[in-house]
Amino acid sequence: MKITGYKRPDGSVGFRNHIAILASVGCANDVALRIGRMYPSVLVLTHRQGCAQLGDDKDQTARTLVGLGKNPNIAGLLIIGMGCESITAHYLADEISKTGKIVEVLVVLDEGGLTAALPRGTKLIDLMVREASQMERVPCDPEHLTLGIKCGLSDTTSGVASNPATGIAADMLVESGGTVIFGETPEVIGAEHILAKRATSRGVGEKLYRLVNQCEERVRASGMDIRGANPAPGNIAGGITTIEEKSLGAIKKGGGTRLQGVLGYGDIPKKRGLFFMDGPGRTPEALTGLTATGAQVIIFSTGGGSPAGTPISPVIKVTGNPQTAQRLSGHIDVDVSSILRGEESLQEAGESIFQELLTVASGKATKAEAFGYGTISIWNIGSHM
Amino acid sequence: MNRAIMVNSEDTVATLLNHAEAGDSVHILTAQGKETGTVKIGEPISMGHKVALLPMKEGDKVIKYGAVIGQATRPIRVGDHVHVHNMKSLRLAIPLNVPTNTK
Repeated sequence: MKITGYKRPDGSVGFRNHIAILASVGCANDVALRIGRMYPSVLVLTHRQGCAQLGDDKDQTARTLVGLGKNPNIAGLLIIGMGCESITAHYLADEISKTGKIVEVLVVLDEGGLTAALPRGTKLIDLMVREASQMERVPCDPEHLTLGIKCGLSDTTSGVASNPATGIAADMLVESGGTVIFGETPEVIGAEHILAKRATSRGVGEKLYRLVNQCEERVRASGMDIRGANPAPGNIAGGITTIEEKSLGAIKKGGGTRLQGVLGYGDIPKKRGLFFMDGPGRTPEALTGLTATGAQVIIFSTGGGSPAGTPISPVIKVTGNPQTAQRLSGHIDVDVSSILRGEESLQEAGESIFQELLTVASGKATKAEAFGYGTISIWNIGSHM
Repeated sequence: MNRAIMVNSEDTVATLLNHAEAGDSVHILTAQGKETGTVKIGEPISMGHKVALLPMKEGDKVIKYGAVIGQATRPIRVGDHVHVHNMKSLRLAIPLNVPTNTK
């Protein structure tokens, strides 16, 4: 089956053609926003990191910013730095330009401040926007597609409808040669041994266990016991009996293919297939992490419904809850509640989600995308100075 | 029509797709939408809750999604509601030796 996308210099394919302004540090946000206001079609990627961070936290932020810039959905970007930050605009530009895409740098203190930076910044953006406008979609194969998968506001319908149906779509993409990345470490606790058994090597399984341990340690350090609090009273009232059942329902969204690898937050996989990405369940951080790994489209399986999107990649909202599909119809893209009524099998619902995935990749706007809903937020794992 | 879904073919429980009352017949569907049989339930079971497809002794593993989700703490009959009152988590300690399917 053919989909259409934008061929990039390094052989990757973008399924959107964005020009973006990326702040290398929180202090550059204001300059990025001012320039962005003059060009409404441009993505303005602001965040609160980039300086005074330590060790793993600093490395993770740097890796995530590089990943965001490398995402093939971005045709070109202007990186704005202050000139005094730890993760410099020049460092990010050096890494991101390895993809061959258009990368420009603006260092605010070198230019002479906010007002002084605006003329050059706007000129650079103007050139990029007009260059991108001449790029065209060409037919390509699904092997170039990386699908990110998230679940949120899960309820009973998630475990029996939207997650398994999404998992079927995930399997179809992997079978077509594509890549699937799902994450949220707290959600696999209780089912990590199941995932590890599907790993292609012992090392992959062991890395998964390490990440789960690390996640539990962090929660314990804050004075809570994650296993003791799971399942929550709401889950139990809804029919979920054990943490194993809850997590197995959650991992179902990734499908059943072999686990090729376990990625750190924002890590780009080096081969195709199914991957697990370490990260939090909290939506803005989870979606940001997925786009940093290179996911050009994201499927968000939801019970209760969520308007969330993320700037770089379109988010397809799937629900199996008929009340949600009706009440939040302005935010739901695929309604699979027909599974509950016996009007559609899980297999058929999975196939319709897969079709929606291909159509969205080829240009159809999702509801969250049409709103431009969502912002970048980088997962912070340490304190700053 | 009362329906319950058996997510994987090895499952020993199915999950109700609608509320059903005691004495109701529930049709068991596979992921492909095929009906594999019916089960008469002996008590009311809510949507999202589990019904036993096989009889289980205390200690027997409960299988859902093709994997162990816990074990029976009391004898369970076909058609029984399966939940916190008759099954519990195995709370596995994370094994350091990971069995994998490397060929």
